[in-house]
Amino acid sequence: MKDSSRVMVLIPAYNEQANVAKVIAAAKAQLPTADVVVVNDGSADRTAQVAWDAGAHVLSHPFNMGYGTAIQTGYKYAHENGYDYVVQCDADGQHDPRYLQVLLDEVASNRCDVAIGSRFLKDNAVHYAISPTKRLGMKLFAAIASSVLRQPVTDPTSGFQGFNRRAIKFCASDVYPTDFADADVIIMLHLAGLRIKEVAVEMYASVNRQSRYLNMYSIFTPLYYIFKMALSISLHLLRKRRTALEVES
Amino acid sequence: MITDQGIVMTARQQALALFASVGLLVLIIELVRRRKLREEYSWLWLLTGVGLLVLAVWYRLLLKITNIIGAVLPISTLFFFGLFFLILISISYSVQISKLNNQVKNLAQKLSILDGDLQEIKRSGISGERSNG
Repeated sequence: MKDSSRVMVLIPAYNEQANVAKVIAAAKAQLPTADVVVVNDGSADRTAQVAWDAGAHVLSHPFNMGYGTAIQTGYKYAHENGYDYVVQCDADGQHDPRYLQVLLDEVASNRCDVAIGSRFLKDNAVHYAISPTKRLGMKLFAAIASSVLRQPVTDPTSGFQGFNRRAIKFCASDVYPTDFADADVIIMLHLAGLRIKEVAVEMYASVNRQSRYLNMYSIFTPLYYIFKMALSISLHLLRKRRTALEVES
Repeated sequence: MITDQGIVMTARQQALALFASVGLLVLIIELVRRRKLREEYSWLWLLTGVGLLVLAVWYRLLLKITNIIGAVLPISTLFFFGLFFLILISISYSVQISKLNNQVKNLAQKLSILDGDLQEIKRSGISGERSNG
């Protein structure tokens, strides 16, 4: 990585006034030269003010639009402002900030375009309990993603990621699916010709369960989730050629 | 197959069909004229209205179509096309809503990026005033 490279830490936040300041401070400590950008997704609490006081640049949605849209706002901001790399982590303290540097190194060394922090690559990296339904869903779509990518994908729901300029440009475009970020997004990035690599990280339970972005597994019944995910994956496969063309243009 | 009763449309039935289809057409044209309905969305409705009018006036055509599609009663033909047009109209609404959703999303994202820049300008303006004063 060149010294002049511009790095942005992207933190999507929804009702995270209790945790967001700690996460911002940890990110600044890890990557002192990076700009920290918080996307406040229409929070009802003082998330925006707390993030602002903690020294982050704040992008506030006028109303809640969901996780996928929040991270895309961040990619658009990064693209418009010419950042070279984006590393992204959740605002609830679930992601260990020590790994921001690891994700950044992975994309900055040009080993991949998108680095995904996986909690399942090493033992004892998950410091909380995952429900059996959720684990089953994760396994199923990890298997589908692995077979499409022809490389192991172990943690497709991870929001702990790093991107280079090429990946940022693609994610800022209109073809990026913002309804939810999961295995379908990874498959789409792969079909768009981006190199994806998983990196071992550690994750913790959210500090404050209530305020968190509600996990998709608790909002949607597992059946609907499986149907929706299977549908978006099939559609991405059908669109294969168009997606590849659009990222080149 | 078709009884005498079915072949001849009573004056009352025809009056009702005429009234309904002319009423629908007038309503649509009036809404477009007052700019309450945009022209680009009105064509499917107009097509439905004209179709109804034609079938109401030209009963033999309805019988012919009934024969061609293999329906037993002319009324089934009317119901079939009525439902079919409603489905088309619903699909066109879904397409419009998807497009609007995307536009609202893009607008809101742009707004939040611009708002973020504005806040930064205000922040640097305030600190600039402080250092000057």
